[in-house]
Amino acid sequence: MISKRIIPCLDVRAGKLTKGIKFKGNIDIGDPVEAAREYYEQGADEIVFYDITASSDGRDIMIDVVDRVARTIFIPFSVGGGIRNLEDMRRVIMAGAEKVSVNSTAVANPEIIAQGAQAFGSQCIVLGMDVKKVAVTDKIPSGYEIVINGGRQYTGIDALWWAREAEKLGAGEICLNSIDADGTQDGYELNLTAMISENVQIPVIASGGAGKPEHLAEVLTTGKADAALIASMVHYRTYTIAQIKQYLHEHGIKTRMLW
Amino acid sequence: MIAIIDYKAGNLTSVARALQCIGEDFLITDKIEKLEAASHVIFPGVGAAGEAMVYLRRKKMDVWLQNWVATGKPLLGICLGTQIIFDYSEENDTSCIGLVGGSTRRFPAGMQYGGRSLKIPHMGWNSVQLRRPHPVFQDIPAGAEFYFVHSYYPAPADDSIVLGVTDYGIEFCSVLAEKNLVAMQFHPEKSGRPGLQILRNFCNWRGDDI
Repeated sequence: MISKRIIPCLDVRAGKLTKGIKFKGNIDIGDPVEAAREYYEQGADEIVFYDITASSDGRDIMIDVVDRVARTIFIPFSVGGGIRNLEDMRRVIMAGAEKVSVNSTAVANPEIIAQGAQAFGSQCIVLGMDVKKVAVTDKIPSGYEIVINGGRQYTGIDALWWAREAEKLGAGEICLNSIDADGTQDGYELNLTAMISENVQIPVIASGGAGKPEHLAEVLTTGKADAALIASMVHYRTYTIAQIKQYLHEHGIKTRMLW
Repeated sequence: MIAIIDYKAGNLTSVARALQCIGEDFLITDKIEKLEAASHVIFPGVGAAGEAMVYLRRKKMDVWLQNWVATGKPLLGICLGTQIIFDYSEENDTSCIGLVGGSTRRFPAGMQYGGRSLKIPHMGWNSVQLRRPHPVFQDIPAGAEFYFVHSYYPAPADDSIVLGVTDYGIEFCSVLAEKNLVAMQFHPEKSGRPGLQILRNFCNWRGDDI
């Protein structure tokens, strides 16, 4: 049977990690390619790169990073941030990324999901969703609203409606980030994750709030997620991916144990 | 020299990069005269069966593949490249190459596991239970997992060519092998070290199934 995936997320700006990760021997490294290699060797099932560069020069640098990552690791990886149109998608995919993720671009222009799925296949298109808990209203019946610009801007879009809509448009996967849980290291937003996962047929990657292996176990069982995104807990070397997988394995959650 | 068949189906560069990593010389081509000179041929692909077959027929690659297999030299099918060597694919109701009897079928709707409905596509890491040893799977540890992304699965007519099976709601043929042909549904080029080992084994294989 299929394994639950453990996916480290690396934030990149102008070709460098925004937060250095602790490498073997506790050395801080800023090179996303070396960080990807480290996580590949630790047993990551996939890697997510999030490019927070704004300039077009920065995007060219990112394409070079994607190309070098694709020569270094032999597992799937995705690239998000700065994907504005089909041409941006094509460049990232041709440089070697398995998937591209769209977030605020898709909120502004949902058709980009359909166009991307048509051009590259649904399996290439990940919808990134940033979500905040709000009061239940007629407009937001699920009580979770889509936000953009790092959580600063409310959109008036219901998160559950948007997840279903993206699936209809052809998204192959959803990366679901709880802005409330993000950075807390107190655990994933389980209610949100379960609600989305139960209501779409495509896989859901839970994001935001991971601080210890128990959190991953919760979100992959109670939260019904297909995969779990992690950041700080491995970047600061509090845990290795291998340790997290060992914990999940011991708690009866199927993960890939040989790599 | 290893040749990768280019038929405009998905990104072939990931297979090329994996071969680079294991130190194999290769070329990517849709020219039959270049393919003829190869020692091994890899038939990869991501995409839809219908469109792929239109392109392959136009390039007369369907007939060429039949001839290649008859020479006894090794052929490796990957993902879509595995699905379209059958007689027929349910995807786009497509008549395929016919190197192998049987068809490529869509996963049935409503598959369940442990009280949960299973998602289509089958996307992620899953294991392969080998039914017998094979040179291309030499030194692959039991329980190794491989990366799958697919909504359709291979269903050979002759059960004896099933080399490995995978469980996803149903048990399906994830690897088949017949003489100098080996074909897999998963992506060895995206399956970490065990995947690279399969590619290495293939490149060292002479096409004898023992």
